[in-house]
Amino acid sequence: MSDLKPEAFADYARRCWLVFGAVACTTFLMVGASYAPIGNRTVVIGLVLAAAVVNAGLVGAFLMHLLSERKTIYTVLAFTAVFFVGLMGLSIWAQFDHPKF
Amino acid sequence: MQAETQSAPHHTAHQAHPDDLGFWRTYVFSIDHKVIGVQYAITALTFLLFGFFLMLMMRWQIARPGEPIPIVGSLLAAVLGDVAANGVMSPDLYNSFGAMHGTIMVFLAIVPLAVGAFGNYLVPIQIGANDMAFPKLNMMSYQLYFLGGVIMLTSFFIPGGAAQAGWTSYSPLATSIPTDGQTFWLIGMVFLITSSLLGSVNIITTIIQLRAPGLTWMRLPFHVWAQFTASFLLLLAFPPLETAGILQLMDKLAGTSFFLPTGLAIGGKLADVSGGGSPLLWQHLFWFLAHPEVYVLILPAMGIIAEVIACNTRKPLWGYRSLVYSALMIGFISFLVWAHHMYLTGMGTKIATFFQTTTMIISIPSVIILTCLLISLWGGSIRFNTPMLFALAFLPMFGIGGLTGLPLGFSASDIHLHDTYYVIGHFHYVVAPGTIFALFAGIYFWFPKITGRHMSEYWGRVHFWGSLLFMNLIFMPMFIQGMAGMLRRMSDGAVQYSELRVEGVTGTLSSTIIGLNQFILWAAAGLLLAQIPFIINFFWSIRHGQKVASDNPWEATTLEWQTPTPPPHGNFLRPPQVYRGPYEYSVPGYPKDFVPQDQPPG
Amino acid sequence: MDIPYTVQPRPDTGVYNAKVGMWLFLASEVMLFGGLFSAYILLRVSAPPDTWPQGWLSVPLGTLNTLILALSAITTLMAWAACKARMFDRYKVYQGVTLLLALVFLSIKAYEYRDKLTHYTVTLKDGRIADGHLVSRDDTTVVLDGQFVESRAHLMNPKRHPAKHEEIRISMDEVKRLQNYGPAYNTFTALYFTMSGLHALHILGGMLVFAYLWGPGSRMWKTDPARFTNRVEIAGLFWHFVDLVWIFLFPVLYLT
Repeated sequence: MSDLKPEAFADYARRCWLVFGAVACTTFLMVGASYAPIGNRTVVIGLVLAAAVVNAGLVGAFLMHLLSERKTIYTVLAFTAVFFVGLMGLSIWAQFDHPKF
Repeated sequence: MQAETQSAPHHTAHQAHPDDLGFWRTYVFSIDHKVIGVQYAITALTFLLFGFFLMLMMRWQIARPGEPIPIVGSLLAAVLGDVAANGVMSPDLYNSFGAMHGTIMVFLAIVPLAVGAFGNYLVPIQIGANDMAFPKLNMMSYQLYFLGGVIMLTSFFIPGGAAQAGWTSYSPLATSIPTDGQTFWLIGMVFLITSSLLGSVNIITTIIQLRAPGLTWMRLPFHVWAQFTASFLLLLAFPPLETAGILQLMDKLAGTSFFLPTGLAIGGKLADVSGGGSPLLWQHLFWFLAHPEVYVLILPAMGIIAEVIACNTRKPLWGYRSLVYSALMIGFISFLVWAHHMYLTGMGTKIATFFQTTTMIISIPSVIILTCLLISLWGGSIRFNTPMLFALAFLPMFGIGGLTGLPLGFSASDIHLHDTYYVIGHFHYVVAPGTIFALFAGIYFWFPKITGRHMSEYWGRVHFWGSLLFMNLIFMPMFIQGMAGMLRRMSDGAVQYSELRVEGVTGTLSSTIIGLNQFILWAAAGLLLAQIPFIINFFWSIRHGQKVASDNPWEATTLEWQTPTPPPHGNFLRPPQVYRGPYEYSVPGYPKDFVPQDQPPG
Repeated sequence: MDIPYTVQPRPDTGVYNAKVGMWLFLASEVMLFGGLFSAYILLRVSAPPDTWPQGWLSVPLGTLNTLILALSAITTLMAWAACKARMFDRYKVYQGVTLLLALVFLSIKAYEYRDKLTHYTVTLKDGRIADGHLVSRDDTTVVLDGQFVESRAHLMNPKRHPAKHEEIRISMDEVKRLQNYGPAYNTFTALYFTMSGLHALHILGGMLVFAYLWGPGSRMWKTDPARFTNRVEIAGLFWHFVDLVWIFLFPVLYLT
C-alpha cells in the first residue's frame, strides 16, 4: 500500500469500523452459541469454535492484511499450518489409539 | 583471481575499521555477523570439550564403579562435596553428569557450532550480503545463548547439583526429584530456545531477503540450503518444547499437574498433587522438538561436507537439485516421525504403523543425499587434505549411524533395543563421527578465510586418524553391548545385571560384555589424546600458521572466497553480482578449473 | 554499511526484512500456542467424566475483554494508517488509546485472577467440604463466604448446583486441606493460569513496544518516517496475533 491521502484515510477508517462491527458480532455469536439449548455438548463446542474461527479469520484476513499478502508470507504460513495440524492431530490421535484397559 | 588483486590495496584500510568501535563493541558486543559467528564457535567448542570431560568421568565410573576418579577426583570432591566424596562418583552425580552431557552436547555445543557459528559466519557471505538482516537481534541471540549456558553451568554448584533426569527430562521423574537442578535446567532451556528462535528468524530472513543480485534459489550453495532448512526446523519445532518447558516449570514451581497423573506415588507415598496430568504429553512435546533437532544437527553438517567435497574433487556436486529437494523433504518429514521414540509407551498399533512408515520414508532423502555425495567423488581429481579426509570419513560414519537407526524405527525390533547401549551407539555414530567430523572439516576448511592462515596439515592428519580410530573403538562395542541387552543410564555400568553379581542366572550379561566397558574407557582416553593436536594446532595457527597465498587458497567458487581475507566489516569491497551456479569446477573452455560465482560470463 | 530492504520491499519477494522476520516469529508463536492448545485438548479429552469444570469464569468479563482487545486491534491499525497518511497527531492519539485499552484488559485480567486466588476450598478432617471466597483468615480460624457442598463434583458446574453465600467459620484445627483456586487446584485452573498468563505476558510485551513507539521511539518520525511506519506496522502485526490467540482462549476457557 502506498501513502494514503487524508480522504482515503477517512475511507480506510470506515472500513476498519466495519471490521470491528463484524468482529463484535461474531464475538456475541460465540457467546450466544455457548448458551444454545442443545443437549449434545460436543455440538455446542463445535458451534462456539466455528464462530471463533470466523472471528479469527476476520482478524487474520483484514487486520493482518492476509487477503493481500505476498507469496513469501503465504509459504511460511502454509508450512506452519501443516506442522500445527500435525502436532495437534498426531498427538491426540496417539492419545486415543492407546489400547483400552 | 579478482579477489587476489582486489584485496591487497584495501586490506589495511578495512582492517582499521573495527578498531574505531573500541574493544568492547568490536569483540564483545559486536553486531558483525562474523565476530558473532566466532563468538559462537569459541563458546560452543569450549562446551564441546566440557561435555567430553563429563563423559570421560562417567566412562571411568562405568568401567570401574566405586573407584576414585584419577586426576580430577579430589577436585570434584572439593568442589561438589558429598556427591563426589573421596573422588568417587555417586549415582546422583552420575545421573546429573549424564543429563548434562546430553544437554550440553546437543543444545550448547553442536547446534550453536553448526547453526550459530557456521550459519552466522558463512551464510551472509555465501549469499553475498554485507551482514545478517537484523544485526542487533543477532547479538542478542548470542547473549541469550551465553546466559543459558551460564545458568546450566551454575546448576552444577547449587545444593543437590544439576538436573538428573536425563537430557529428555521425562516427567514425573524430572518433576519429583526434590532438588532445584531441574528448575535451573528449565530456565536455562528457555534462554537457549529463545536464542535459537531469534537466530533462526535471522538466518531465514537473511536468506530470503539479502541474496545478492543474480543469486537465485537454485544458485545457492548447498550449505545455505541446509542452514535454511535447519533454521526452519528450529523455528517451528522449538516452540512446543518451550511450551513443555513452561508447563514443567509450572509443575515444579506452581504445583500444577500437567505431567503428573492421578494417583502418582513418590517414594511409596501418594504425592500431594491435583493429578489429572499426562506423562505422555511431555514426551509428545519433547520429541516434537527433539526429533527434528536430530536433523538440525545433521543438515548443516551435510551442507559443510557438500562444500568441502565439491571443492576438493574439482567437479560439480552430482545431483545438486536432488540434494536440495532431499534436504527440504527431510525438513518436512522430520516433523512427522517423532513418536518412534515412544513405541514402548503402550501406543496403539495404528499410530505405531503411521510413525514407522514416516520413519522409513525419511530414510529415503537421507540416503539420496549420502548417495549424491558419494557419486560426486566418482571421477574427481581428489585432493586429500585434512578437511577432505574428515569429509570422506563422514560418509561411511554417517552411513553406519543411519543404517543402525532402521532397527530402532521398527516398533517390533525396537522393543528389544529400546533404552540399551545400541541406541547410544546409533545416535553417537550420527552425531560424533558424523556431525562433529563435518564440523572439524568445516573448521579446517574455512580457517584460512577467517584468520588468513592455514592450520598445520601434518597435525591435522594426526588429529584425523586418531579421532577416526578411537571414535570407532568407542562406539562400535556399544552395538554389541546393546544387543546383549545392556541398559543405558546405569551408574555401575550394568554390573548389577551381570554374571559378576548374579551368578548362574540365565540372561545375565557376560563378563565379556561388561569387559567392553574397560575397552571403551581406554578408547575414550585415546580420543582425548587425539584432540590435543587439534587444540594446539587451532590456537598456534591463529598467529603462526602458514599464511594464505591468496584470498582463495582452495580455489573455490562460492562467494565467501571472493572476499578479502579476513573479510572486512561489510564483507565485500563492492556489492557482488552473481552470474552462475555454486559449483562450476572444471568447466570446459575456461583457463582455470574453477569459475567463481561472481565471474561475469565470457 | 547499510543493510538493504529495511524500508523498501525487495522487488522479487515483495516484502521488507522486518515483515518477513515478524511473520517468521509469529509462525514460531503459532507453534508455541499450538503446543499449549494441544496440551489443553489432550488433558481435557483424557479427563474422567465430571471432573472438568464448567462456567467457572465470568462470561461477561471475558466478553468485555474480547471486545476491548478487538477495539485495540482496530486502533492499532488506525495508528498505522495515520502514519501512512502522514498524520502524526492522529497516530499519537490512536497509539495512546491502544495502550490504554491494553491496560484496561490487563486490569480486568488481574481482577479475575484475584477473584480466583481468593476463592478457597477447605477440606475438613471430618470429610466435609466448604467452598467460598475468603473473608478472613488467621492462625485459629478461617472465614469463608460460601457453602458446604456434598462432593467436589458439585463444584464442577455452578449452573447445575448454584452456589449459596453464607458466612462459614471453620477452626483451623478442623482443617485438613486448604486450597485456593490457584494453578495447583486442578487441571483446569492450571491451564487457565498458564495459558492466560502467557497471553498476558505477550500483552505486556506488546505494551512495552507500543509505549516505546509512542514515546521515545517516535522521534524517528522526523528522521525516517517510512521506516517508522514499518515499525508501527510490524508491532501491529504482533498485536493482532495476540488478539487472535485471545479469540481462541476466550471460548476454550470461558465458554465451553
